[in-house]
Amino acid sequence: MGTSSKVVTNGSLAFDKIGMVFPDGTEALRDISFTVDKGEFITVVGPSGCGKSTLLKIASGLLEPTGGSVAVDRDHLGYVFQDATLLQWRTVRANVELFSELNDVPVVERRQLAQEAIDLVGLKGFEDHYPKSLSGGMKMRCSLARSLTLKPPVFLFDEPFGAVDEITREHLNSETQQLFLREGFAGLFITHSISEAVFLSTKVLVMSARPGRIVAEFDVPFDYPREPELRFDPDFAELSGRVSVELRGSHS
Amino acid sequence: MTTNDDQTTKAPDPTGAPEASRAVRVSKAVLPPLGLGLALVGFWYYVSYVVLEESRRFLLRPIHQVIEVGFLDADNRTDELQALWSSTRIALIGLSIAISIGFTLAIIMSQARVVEKAIFPYMVTLQAIPILAVVPLISFWFGTGATSRIVVCVMISLFPIIVNTLFGLQSAEQGAHDLFTLHHASRMTRLRKLMFPAALPAIFAGLRISAGLSVIGAIVGDFFFGKGDAGIGQLLRRHASRLNGEELLASVILSSLLGVVVFGFFGWIQKRATGRWHDAITAEA
Repeated sequence: MGTSSKVVTNGSLAFDKIGMVFPDGTEALRDISFTVDKGEFITVVGPSGCGKSTLLKIASGLLEPTGGSVAVDRDHLGYVFQDATLLQWRTVRANVELFSELNDVPVVERRQLAQEAIDLVGLKGFEDHYPKSLSGGMKMRCSLARSLTLKPPVFLFDEPFGAVDEITREHLNSETQQLFLREGFAGLFITHSISEAVFLSTKVLVMSARPGRIVAEFDVPFDYPREPELRFDPDFAELSGRVSVELRGSHS
Repeated sequence: MTTNDDQTTKAPDPTGAPEASRAVRVSKAVLPPLGLGLALVGFWYYVSYVVLEESRRFLLRPIHQVIEVGFLDADNRTDELQALWSSTRIALIGLSIAISIGFTLAIIMSQARVVEKAIFPYMVTLQAIPILAVVPLISFWFGTGATSRIVVCVMISLFPIIVNTLFGLQSAEQGAHDLFTLHHASRMTRLRKLMFPAALPAIFAGLRISAGLSVIGAIVGDFFFGKGDAGIGQLLRRHASRLNGEELLASVILSSLLGVVVFGFFGWIQKRATGRWHDAITAEA
């Protein structure tokens, strides 16, 4: 599929001087350059409307940037949206099989890939349920499983846990972390929750208000696997505080 | 991954509640309309016997006479059933044609905004034409037989199918479209695996309306174009001109029964097709 400026790289995602100006003249992103390598989990935090989601749309190819280039393998790109975007008329299994189906994977292999992914996200036993009978957290897991069938070397998360309650969110954070440790993908996560960002990531990037630019970068030193209690560690609080200061600065 | 987390919703138990509460539920659903029905029958008798004097009673015959003369009399019953069959056939043929045309137009319109914008005003215009106004034209072009009846039937039942199908095809969320875009789905795949299934609830809503309209269309068409076997429309006309009160009312009842049956039938299909995944607000028709 690769369009003009995309070079396929081995298991990483690289933004090079990305700029995005929409047809109506809104400048969403300016001069964004960073790389997410295999084994890295980078989170971008920023005020709402700063263009964080736009960045992921550009990475996935849903949007063409007006400047700069992206290098990533788009055929095996994990990408979960803010909404679970499940197809209501398909069971959990059929939803998870969707991408394999669209990519003409043979039925037997399709079934097997789906089952592995379903087991991995803890939806075993719910294969034949329809989305309407799933809770918000389970819908999100189903959405994660759907992307996992691609065995993605790069995984994009667009504020996936914004709509679930606090407790579920913490569970999903831990599970995302376990997936990251197990699958070893390069993760790029968008959120406006500082705690979520620091808890999950190897590195946190702070984006400014429109036009979005990367204004600060924090390495997160805590070892994996991280326990939920880490959120109450003084070092965690201190780092979160520093991210918060930058984030507030970025609003102006 | 762990599973001991957020509340796991169970699928609803299909066997439902115990027998006793089922009886309560059924009676709660049946008693109110039954009560109103009885009240209406009472009012009917009141009008027939108290309000109307003997000489004017033909205006509203008491209900048992309507049943006796209209349905229990063998000759009349044969007439009624033949008319019913004729009108049902016209309605079904008309509805099938309306569905074919409606689906085709809606699919074409869903593929490009410009096509939608081009066609839509004419659809609305067609919808706004009173059938009465085009009756002479239809008889010029198609004669006064079954073809014209079908044409009227199609004209009356087409619009809800187009509008609902189009609305349904456009109802898939942007995020779902993005998924298909990311995986390079063809136009056909997108239509078949995303837009069409997403449209099903709306399509059925349209079908139920149009099914009822197709019955009306068949009877109205029959009323104007009576060549060939007589349908309910012809029957209504004949009984009205002869002041046959009982037969007239029997025909009216018959035509509304036909509409109810067709409406209920499509509701049943809808439940079968989308009931498992879609929380429809379904009338218990």
